[in-house]
Amino acid sequence: MPVFDQQETRKPPISQIGAVLWLKTNLFSSWINSILTFASLYLLYIMIPPLLNWMIFDASFSFGTINFFGFEIKFSEEMATNDNCGRVGACWPYIYEKLYMYTYGFYPRTETWRPNTVFALTGLLFVIVPLIKNYKYKNRVTLSLIILYPLISYVLIAGGFGLLTPVDTDQWGGLLLTLIIASVGIIVSFPIGVLLALGRQSNLKVIKLFSTLFIEFIRAVPLITILFMASFVLPLFLESGNYFDKLLRALIGIALFQAAYFAEVVRGGLQAIPRGQYEAADAIGLSYFQKNVLIILPQALKISIPNIVGSSISLFKDTTLVLIIGLFDMLAMVNLTSNDPYWLGRETEGFVFVTMVMWAILYTMSRYSRKLELRFNTENKN
Amino acid sequence: MYMKKIILDSLGKSQHRGLNFRDMLYNNEARAFFFQIVTFVLVVGLFYTAIGNLFQNIDERGINTGFTFLKNRAGFDILPFLGNYVVDYTPESSNFSVFYVGLVNTLVVAFVGIILSTLIGLLIGIARLSNNYLVAKLAGGYIELFRNVPILLQILFWYNLFINLFPHPKQSFAFFDIMFLNQRGLYLPKPIPEDGFMLAAISLLLGIIASYFVKKYYKKKHELTGIHTSTWPFSIALILGLPIIVFLILGSPLQFDIAVLGKFNLRGGMNVVPEFLALTFALSVYTATYIAEAIRSGIEAVDKGQKEAAAAIGLTPTQSLKLIILPQALRVAIPPTINQYLNLTKNSSLATAIGYPELMSAFGGTVLNQVGQAVEILAMAMLVYLVISLFISLLLNYVNNKMAIQGR
Repeated sequence: MPVFDQQETRKPPISQIGAVLWLKTNLFSSWINSILTFASLYLLYIMIPPLLNWMIFDASFSFGTINFFGFEIKFSEEMATNDNCGRVGACWPYIYEKLYMYTYGFYPRTETWRPNTVFALTGLLFVIVPLIKNYKYKNRVTLSLIILYPLISYVLIAGGFGLLTPVDTDQWGGLLLTLIIASVGIIVSFPIGVLLALGRQSNLKVIKLFSTLFIEFIRAVPLITILFMASFVLPLFLESGNYFDKLLRALIGIALFQAAYFAEVVRGGLQAIPRGQYEAADAIGLSYFQKNVLIILPQALKISIPNIVGSSISLFKDTTLVLIIGLFDMLAMVNLTSNDPYWLGRETEGFVFVTMVMWAILYTMSRYSRKLELRFNTENKN
Repeated sequence: MYMKKIILDSLGKSQHRGLNFRDMLYNNEARAFFFQIVTFVLVVGLFYTAIGNLFQNIDERGINTGFTFLKNRAGFDILPFLGNYVVDYTPESSNFSVFYVGLVNTLVVAFVGIILSTLIGLLIGIARLSNNYLVAKLAGGYIELFRNVPILLQILFWYNLFINLFPHPKQSFAFFDIMFLNQRGLYLPKPIPEDGFMLAAISLLLGIIASYFVKKYYKKKHELTGIHTSTWPFSIALILGLPIIVFLILGSPLQFDIAVLGKFNLRGGMNVVPEFLALTFALSVYTATYIAEAIRSGIEAVDKGQKEAAAAIGLTPTQSLKLIILPQALRVAIPPTINQYLNLTKNSSLATAIGYPELMSAFGGTVLNQVGQAVEILAMAMLVYLVISLFISLLLNYVNNKMAIQGR
C-alpha cells in the first residue's frame, strides 16, 4: 500500500529571499545600477574615513576642563594648548575652552545661573505644553504661560528692577543670543504677519495697497539690506536723542522682515478657505472681527501650520546674519574666537562644532514640521 | 409680530435720507471709507514724521545729502575680480564705479551660482528618486545635511577651509599645467580674443537664431502634414558647426594666456579669487538642495497613469519621457526653481562676511563706511535687488502663463 511520503517544503532559492534578494533588487538590478552602487561606495570611502579620523580617531579629547551649562567636567590638570593637541586631528579642548563664549557670549561668568535657568525653563516648556492639552483650565494656563514666560526670561537675562545685577545687551551672545533673536523674531512678527495677510486680502483698497507694497518690498530685498537699514537708518528716523539699543534695532529689522514672510504663508491659508465659509459667516451676521477670529483664522492658521514652522526654520537660519551688523550670536562668537592668537589655526574645529549644533537644532525642527504636515494633511491619499 | 415691527422700523429709518449718525456707523461703505482714511493718515503721518526727523538728524550730524558722493574719488582697493576688469577700476575711480563693480560681481556670482545649482539640483533630485537604494539615500543625506545648515555658516566654513586646505602658490595643484589651484584661488587660462573673433561670436548667435527658425518650420510641417523630422542634426550643425568653421577659416583668432609659476606666485592667467570660489560653491550647494526637492516633487507629481497611457498608445520610453512626463513634471518644478534663483541672488549679499566685493560688500559696506550716507547708498542697493526681483517675477509669470494647462 503506497504511503504518501510527505516531503519537507523546499526552501526558495537563496537569490529569492532575504539579504541577497534585497541586494539584488536595490543595489544590483542592472549593470548601470551596479556601477552607481560602486561609485557611491567609493564616494563614501573617500569621504567618511578621513572625516572620522579627523573628528575622532586622531583627535585630542582629554585636556583641560569643560563647562557644560554650569557643570564642570575635568579631564586633566594640564591646560590644553595648541601644541599638546597636535595637528593631525581635531583639537576638541579648544571647544571646551570656548564653549562658555559659544553659549553665553560675554555674559558675566558669575551670573551664568540666570541664562541656565532660562534654558531649563525653555526645556520645561516642551514638557508642560503637551501635558496641558487635556487639562481643564488649559486656556488659562496657556495664556499665563504666554505672558509669564517671556517676562520671567527677560527679567532673568537682562536683570535690573533692583533684583539682579543688570547685564547690558552687548554682553549677551552665543547660543543664548541666537535663541533670543529667533524666539523674539517669531513671537513679534507673527501677529504683524497675520494682520498684513488680512490686510492684503481685504476689500479696502488703501489697506490692501499698503499691505501689498510692504510685503512685496520686504520680500524682494535681502535681509542684510533690512538689517543695515535697521542699524544705520532707523536711528535717523527717530527724534534725535532717542537712544536705541543695537540688539533692539536688529530685532525690529528681523521682526518686520519675518512678518512679510509670515503674511504670505498665512495668506496661502486664507486663500485655501472655501468662499462658503466667508459667506456663511456674513450670512449669520458676524462682524468682520468676529468672522475672522471665530471662523476664518482658526481654519486658515491650522492649514498653514506646517508652512509657519517652515518659515520659522528659515528665520532661525537667518539669525546668523546679525554677525554682519556686529552682534555676537553663536556663529559670530566662533568667528571671533578663531582669531585668538593662543589658538592659531583652529578655525575649523569651531566651525564644525557650530555646524553640528545648528544642524541638530534645524534638523529637529524640520522633522517636526514634516510630522505636522502629515498630521494636518487630512486629504485622502490613495 | 414684534420682529415684524422692528424690521419695518429699520426699513423706515434707512429710507430717511438725512445724515444719520447711527446709519453711518452701520453702513459698510461709510465704515470702509473711514478705516481707509485712518490708515492712510496713519501711514502718511508716520512717513512724514520719520522723514522730518531724518532731515533734522542729518542736519545735526552734518551728514551730506544727495548723490554727489557718487562722483567723488573712491580711494580704496577692491579685490581684483571680474568687476574690476569690466570697469577698469583703480582707487582713483569714482564711488559710482564701485557701485558698478559691485553690481557686476553680484551678477557674476548669481549667474555662475544659478547654473551650478541647477546642475547639482538636477543630479541630486533625480538621484533621490533612483531605484538604487544607496544612491537615493546618499542624495537624501546630501539634502538633509546642506539644507539644515545656515547659508552664512556654510560660506564662512568653505572660505576658511579653502584658505587652510589649499596649498601655497609654490605647491599649487596643477591640472594638465593649464589650471592651477592654490590659496590665492583658481588660475584659469585667460582668453585673449584677436581680430575676427567677434565674427565667430556673431556666427554663433546667427546659428542659434537660424536653428530656432528651422525648428519652428519643421514643427509647423509636423502639425500640417504629420511628417516628423528630427531637428537636432540641423541644430548641432548650425550652433556648433557654423562658428567652428568660421573660427577655423579666420585662422583661430583666440589665444590663451596660461598662468606660469614665478618665484613667489603664479603670473598671468585669469585668477578666480578664493572668496568667489567659496561663495559660489556654498550658494550652489545650498540652493541645489531646494532645487533638488522641487525637481523631485515635480517628477512625483506626474500620475503613474500618464506613463502607462503613454506606453499604451505605443510611445517609446524616450518619447514618453519627452512628450508626456517632462512637460508635466516641469510645470510643477520650474516655478519653485525660479524662486530659488531669486533667493540665491539675494543670498549672494552675504559675501559681505568674507569680503568678496559684490554690491552689499563693496558699495553697501566700504563706501557706506567712508561716506556715511546710509540712506542714499542703501536705497540704491535695495533698488538693484528690487529690479532683479521684479525681473525674476516677470520671468516667473511668463513661464507660468506659457506652461499653464490650456483649457479648450
